[in-house]
Amino acid sequence: MNALPARNTKTQSKMSVSDEVVIEISNMNKWFGHFHVLRDIDLIVNKGERIVICGPSGSGKSTLIRCINRLEEHQKGIIKVDGVELNDDVKKIDKIRSEVGMVFQSFNLFPHLTALENCTLAPVWVRKLPKKDADEIAMKYLEIVKIPEQALKYPGQLSGGQQQRVAIARALCMEPKIMLFDEPTSALDPEMIKEVLDTMIELAEDGMTMIVVTHEMGFASKVANRVIFMDEGQIIEQNSPKEFFNNPKSDRTKLFLSQIIDH
Amino acid sequence: METKYSFVRKDIVSEQPPPLTQVGITGWLWRNLFSSMSNFTTITSSVQSILMILLTIWLLYFCGGQLISIIDFAIISAVWSDPDGLKRKVCATVKQGGELPADWYGACWPFIFAKKKFLIYGRIPDEELWRANLVYAGLFIGMGYIIWEKGQGRKWVGLGMLTLFPVISLILLTGANFDISFNLMIWTGTLLITLYLMGYFSSRNYLGEIFEQFSILFNFLALILFLFLALLVLFAIDYGLAPIDTLDWGGLLLTLLIAITGIVASLPIGIVLALGRRSNMPIARVLCTMFIEFWRGIPLITVLFAASVLIPLFLPAGADVDKLLRAVIGIILFSSAYMAEVIRGGLQAIPRGQYESAAAVGLSYSQSMRFIILPQALTHVLPGIVNTFIGLFKDTTLVSIIGIFEVMGIFRAASQDANWGSHVQHATSYLVAATVFFIFCFGMSRYSIYIENKLSRDNK
Repeated sequence: MNALPARNTKTQSKMSVSDEVVIEISNMNKWFGHFHVLRDIDLIVNKGERIVICGPSGSGKSTLIRCINRLEEHQKGIIKVDGVELNDDVKKIDKIRSEVGMVFQSFNLFPHLTALENCTLAPVWVRKLPKKDADEIAMKYLEIVKIPEQALKYPGQLSGGQQQRVAIARALCMEPKIMLFDEPTSALDPEMIKEVLDTMIELAEDGMTMIVVTHEMGFASKVANRVIFMDEGQIIEQNSPKEFFNNPKSDRTKLFLSQIIDH
Repeated sequence: METKYSFVRKDIVSEQPPPLTQVGITGWLWRNLFSSMSNFTTITSSVQSILMILLTIWLLYFCGGQLISIIDFAIISAVWSDPDGLKRKVCATVKQGGELPADWYGACWPFIFAKKKFLIYGRIPDEELWRANLVYAGLFIGMGYIIWEKGQGRKWVGLGMLTLFPVISLILLTGANFDISFNLMIWTGTLLITLYLMGYFSSRNYLGEIFEQFSILFNFLALILFLFLALLVLFAIDYGLAPIDTLDWGGLLLTLLIAITGIVASLPIGIVLALGRRSNMPIARVLCTMFIEFWRGIPLITVLFAASVLIPLFLPAGADVDKLLRAVIGIILFSSAYMAEVIRGGLQAIPRGQYESAAAVGLSYSQSMRFIILPQALTHVLPGIVNTFIGLFKDTTLVSIIGIFEVMGIFRAASQDANWGSHVQHATSYLVAATVFFIFCFGMSRYSIYIENKLSRDNK
C-alpha cells in the first residue's frame, strides 16, 4: 500500500483517540460446549481507536468480535457497548446491533436484493427512514466505497472486492458508532484486497472506531493505534503497532511474527 | 534449454463458423436426438448406439399406438350428438339395443353434454346458478389479473382475492342468513371491547410494566375477535338469497373451492410450522414437530373419515359443524404439515451468514425472516411447494368417499344414471375427469416454471 502524502496530513487531523469509552469488556469467558474459547478477556476500547486483532487460527479472534454484537453469547463476565450491557434483552441487542456495523469474511450480502436494496433495507425498517432518504444515504456511502455505478446490480453480478465494498457500505448506512471487521480480505483475490483495504483506511481516517481481525500486517502497522495478539482464547500481548512488530515481548508473539514474515 | 519452450504467436487465428452439428435445426436434432445413437467408434459405444436405436423404435411404436387409440376413442369413433334424444341408445351397440356395430368402442359425448351442468356446479338449483357463475367469474378474472404482469395494483387485487373474495363467494354460495345466536355476538363484542381497552391502556402504561409487554398481544387478539365478529354479522344478514346446502355444491366448483382454500391456507400455516420447528424455543419446537409428525403419519382418507364420522360424535348435541367445512379443515391441516417440511428444507438451505448479517444490521427476528430468509427459502423450494399444491389438488378427489361430490365423485354419480347406461359411460367420464385434472395441474406446473425462470433472471 502506498500512503499518499495528502492522506498523512488528514491522518493527523482526524485519527485521534478520545477519552470516551465505547466498548468495555471485563473478565469475559465463553465456551463452545466443553471447549473454552475465550478466557478472561479484558478490553477497553475508546472512541476513535483502530484496533487490529491478530493471531493463529482458532485463537478466538473472530469469536471475540462476534461477542461484541452478540452474534455469539458469552457465558461469564460483562460486555458493555456504548454504555449498554449485553444480556438476554432482545430489544437492547437489536439496538446495539444497529449501532455496531459488521463486515464478514464471506461478505454475506443478501443475494436476492440489489446492492442499493442491501444498503437501504435496514435504514428503512430499523431506523424507519423514508425510502427516499435511505436511497440518498445509500448512494452517498456507495460513492464513498467507489461503486455507485453498481447500485442496481445483484451481488451475484459483482466481483468479490466489489461485494465486500457493498457490504461495508451496507454497514455504514446505519451510521454506526463502531465497525467490526471479521477477516474482511481473507476471501479475496490479491488484486481485490487493495481496494477493500483502501476503503477501510479512508474510513479510519474519517475517525471511525474500528476493530479489525486480519492477517494484513501492512494494514495493521499503517492504520492501527493498537495491535492485539491472541492465542488459545486469551489476549497474549497488546501494544502500539511499532512496538508490537519491532519489539515483541512474549515468545508466542515472536514465533507468530517470525512465521508470518518468513514463509 | 529455456529457449526450447519459448513461443510467440505470429498469425492470429480468425473466427470460423461452428460445425453443422452444433447450430441450427440440424444441430438441435443432432445434439438432442441422434447424438446418443450415432457413435460407432468402439465396440461398447456401437452396442450402446444399436440398443438406443432399438429402444427408440420400440418407444415410438408403443407410444404412437397408445396415442392413436386415445384419438380414435375420443374423436374418430366417438358419438358426438344425440339429435333425436335417444339417450343411452345413441351409444349402444346392436346387441345392447342400439345401432352401432358390435365391436364399437368410442366416447359418448352426448352423455357428457347432458350432464354438463351437474359436472360444473353440482346440484345447485338452476335458478341459483347465477350465484355460482359470479363466483367463477370473480375467480377467473381475479386470478387472470394477478397473473397478468402489466396489471396496475396487482398487489391490491391479490389482497382482495385473499380476503374479500372468499367472504363474498361464501355468502353467494351459501346464501348467508345463518341462524347465529345473538348472545354469541354480544359476548364476542364485549370481549373485543375489553381486549381493545386493555391493549389501549397497557400500551400507554396505565396498567404497569408487566402489562405493557402484552399490549401487542391484546391488540392482536382484539383484531382477530373483530374479524370474527364481522364475519358473524356478515353471515347473519339476510341478503334475500335462497339458502343452498353445502352438500349440493359439487363438480368442478367444489374441487376448485376445496383445492384453492387448501392451497391458500396451507402455505401460511406451513411457514409458521416450519419456523416453529426450527425455533430456539423448546415448547414451540416440540409442539410444531408433534403437529407435523401427527398429520404426516396418518393417511388423508383417515383424516376425512374422522372428519365426517368421528368428530360429530364428540361434538355436543346441536353443535353442528358443516361436513364440508370439517373436510376442508382436515385437508388444510394435512397439507400444511407437508408444506411445513418443504419450507423447512428451504430454510435449511439458507447459509448461516444470511441470518448473521441480517441480525448484524439490526433487523429483528420477524424482519429478517420476512425480508431476508423467507424470500430466499421460498424461492429455493418453489418446485416443492408447487408439487405439494398439485398433490393437494389431486387429493381433493378423496372427499368423494365421504359423500361430497367433487369432480371425481360427480362423474361416478353421473355414471350411475341408467338413462345413459352403456359400456363406454365410465371410460368417457374418466377421460374427461383426467383431462380436467391434467389441465389444472399442468397449468400450475407451467406457471411455477415461469416464475422460477423469472426469479432466477432477476437475481442474475
